[in-house]
Amino acid sequence: MVLIRTIIAALFIVFSALAAQTASAQDDDPALRQAIAGLGAEKGYSKLRKAIGIVVETGDPRGARVLDALSEGDVYRRETDGAVFIVSGRGKQLTLLDPVTGDETGTAAKSDLKKVRVNNSVRRSVREAIGALTLGAKDPGVRMSAARTMIDNPDPDSLDAIDTALDKETDADVRDALQQARAGAIILSDRDVSEKVSAIETIRDMGGQQALSLLVRARSGAGAEMREATDAAIASVRKRLQYWSLGQNVWYGLSLGSVLLLAAIGLAITFGVMGVINMAHGEMVMLGAYTTFMVQEIMRTSFPGLLDWSLPIALPLAFLVAGAVGFAMERGVIRFLYGRPLETLLATWGVSLILQQTVRTIFGPTNREVSNPSYMSGAFQLGELSITWNRLWIVVFALVVFGVLLYAMNRTSLGLKMRAVTQNRRMAAAMGIRTPWVDALTFALGSGIAGIAGVALSQIDNVSPNLGQGYIIDSFMVVVFGGVGNLWGTLIGALSLGVANKFLEPFAGAVLGKIFVLVFIILFIQKRPRGLFALKGRAVET
Amino acid sequence: MIVGHLLRGGLNRWIVLSLAIILTIGVAIPALNLLLPWNHPLHVPTYIVALFGKYLCYALLALSLDLVWGYVGILSLGHGAFFALGGYAMGMYLMRQIGSRGVYGDPILPDFMVFLNWKELPWFWYGFDQFWFAALMVMIVPGLLAFVFGWFAFRSRVTGVYLSIITQAMTYALMLAFFRNNMGFGGNNGLTDFKDILGFSVQAGETRGALFFASAIALALGVLFVSALGASRYGKLMIAVRDAEARTRFIGYRPEYVKLFAFVASAVMAGIAGALYVPQVGIINPGEFAPANSIEVVVWTAVGGRGTIIGPIIGAILVNAGKSWLTGFAPEFWLFALGGLFVAVTLFLPKGIVGTAIDGWDGLRRMRESRRRERGEDETMTGHQPEAAE
Repeated sequence: MVLIRTIIAALFIVFSALAAQTASAQDDDPALRQAIAGLGAEKGYSKLRKAIGIVVETGDPRGARVLDALSEGDVYRRETDGAVFIVSGRGKQLTLLDPVTGDETGTAAKSDLKKVRVNNSVRRSVREAIGALTLGAKDPGVRMSAARTMIDNPDPDSLDAIDTALDKETDADVRDALQQARAGAIILSDRDVSEKVSAIETIRDMGGQQALSLLVRARSGAGAEMREATDAAIASVRKRLQYWSLGQNVWYGLSLGSVLLLAAIGLAITFGVMGVINMAHGEMVMLGAYTTFMVQEIMRTSFPGLLDWSLPIALPLAFLVAGAVGFAMERGVIRFLYGRPLETLLATWGVSLILQQTVRTIFGPTNREVSNPSYMSGAFQLGELSITWNRLWIVVFALVVFGVLLYAMNRTSLGLKMRAVTQNRRMAAAMGIRTPWVDALTFALGSGIAGIAGVALSQIDNVSPNLGQGYIIDSFMVVVFGGVGNLWGTLIGALSLGVANKFLEPFAGAVLGKIFVLVFIILFIQKRPRGLFALKGRAVET
Repeated sequence: MIVGHLLRGGLNRWIVLSLAIILTIGVAIPALNLLLPWNHPLHVPTYIVALFGKYLCYALLALSLDLVWGYVGILSLGHGAFFALGGYAMGMYLMRQIGSRGVYGDPILPDFMVFLNWKELPWFWYGFDQFWFAALMVMIVPGLLAFVFGWFAFRSRVTGVYLSIITQAMTYALMLAFFRNNMGFGGNNGLTDFKDILGFSVQAGETRGALFFASAIALALGVLFVSALGASRYGKLMIAVRDAEARTRFIGYRPEYVKLFAFVASAVMAGIAGALYVPQVGIINPGEFAPANSIEVVVWTAVGGRGTIIGPIIGAILVNAGKSWLTGFAPEFWLFALGGLFVAVTLFLPKGIVGTAIDGWDGLRRMRESRRRERGEDETMTGHQPEAAE
């Protein structure tokens, strides 16, 4: 029963998607109306089944709505004129819905209505009828979804409907899906062995978790001659699933790594290039996230049409906000502490506390909601991998930010000055570079990048005053692991730590995996105190 | 250099004075609480005893950090980890003392283990029903962790900021680990609901007084230890490592062993502070491992003055008293104050309150001395006594 209901519900969803597309375009079909009216006219279950058959013969997918309601027991006939309605609501006064379009057409007292009764055999006919109606739909997308639903819930009884649909089907993809649905149904049916063996091959080629559970189900009821073929198929499906889970780990790892990269790359500039320990770095990320929140709120209240554009608008703003705060920090505090790294660490920690509390005072301590724009919500399927759009965008975004930063460091005049000051401050000053100015701009750049990271992280994390705290230690780990003063090191460090984390998770659990990574880094620093890609030079420790 | 000079001669009476003050407080506060009736004007309420007991433990923790940061120049951002480990060792003893008085009434297993459906005591809980064992572990566990950590870190010459960051990673990793329920340390609830210590109820006023006195003694011993170490030849070596590590190495010393010794000694001190803290506060949970806590310890030390002995004690008590006072009526203001303190101290008081005071004292004395010498030169001609003029 549950199975039948899920099938019907699934097919119905498919159908409603179609109905929404075609309702306005298509004229009301009198043949369908007449066929539906027949549902209420006939007495007795066998006559009702015939009436369902007439609805199927119209070939109009919109008939699925009333059939679905019928199996749910929501179809009533009005005593006064014999008209058929889908009914919703409870109590004495019920709402009447048009059986074809599903629009409200009025209300009626319950006493004036008579329920069209159904039994299990009628429900089965309804299911087949809905399958046949949607499989015969004009839109190949709808037919595809119908076939998919049938793959998910294989049922020997639907074989006839599938065969009929296969005869008419012209679209190659839908044909494949139908073949798979048919194979699934055959495996569970009582057809002869040769047909089943070829069906098992089809299922094996299909692969995936569904195929596996279907094959396991088939194996339990299979005879000796079937068992061998089933076992071989199961083994092959399992192997492919393993590859996919490997791929999934890599993907999750890259996704985590790109988040780490975003959080750490600003730090790679302030810490890596300038040697300044900025403990307020996480708060710059938080400021970026709150900027996104503000932009989205303004869009929501004042320019609802631009809501989807709030992220692109927030990007430069977050850069400016965080950059400005960073600039002020450098001029106000850090420049007095150059050459005293431990004091810098403490002072910036103090600044981070102040920034956190400021944000908490203004916005409150609770999480603020930043919604995903339409192009960043949802997911798509790649084989066995489910890839969410926001993760994919963040990976792309992190790489773009990295590329832009690399360009800025290596190809622009500011980047040249930055590197010159890093390598030899006094020589750079002698060449006429205003080193204090370069320091301030470098710090502002690093902070601004952190702000941009905040825009991206607002999409996947809670926007709260503590947002930055969660990233600061991880970011330092990435920079220290990758090697100070080297952007490529940061990239490699972030991605490899992300992937390592995700590969450890299945064995050790999320928390223990993270602990292992931390311990690994602590040990790694003993071996290579300057990280993976250390700057080569004669700079002796000071 | 100034510090070394002062330690050799000038500050010794300060040390004696501060020892006297600590011990007087250690006796006076519990006595005023226990012996006087509650309505007597000099009566000290019980919550003040608990509060000041906490401050004394914090002061010892700050002193332990001062030993590594002020004397050897290792900024540890993970000292809270040693403190918490000592606290957990003591907490485990207190848990075992509950016996069958827990909610589930199991004679051996603490409540949270019964709750997790464990049947046997994990091996690392063995022995904690004995006080001497727990007391040993309070020192051995933090000391061992510091030894292993320092052995690797100092030998491979991880210095400066890198060391600070990996100590932070260490306490962060420990925090994550102790938050796990199946670690066997009570997960995020930690250890609490203590009943007895050495057969006395932890709630009783007499026990609180005794714990307070014990904290004062521990702090006094800490002060003695650090000042004796600082005044010894080894203390000079520590300061040499702090000020010029490479040069010390070239002379033929092994800076890594100097650092290792200071780090381990400091970790043991922090562990003792944690062990005294837990029965007075009545709970230990993984939040004590939070990196932010360890950094707060750094600011106590910085405010008081690193590299001095009474500085960290004054800093810890001042900052914590300020915290108790501020969170009482304007809790949201506390982080502003703390943050501002970090910035202000690093910018304007890099030597802390005590360090600046010593500098001022020193400068004053030098000024007076030079004036005296000038006058003395004059006086050899005129024949006057300099003291008479003052």
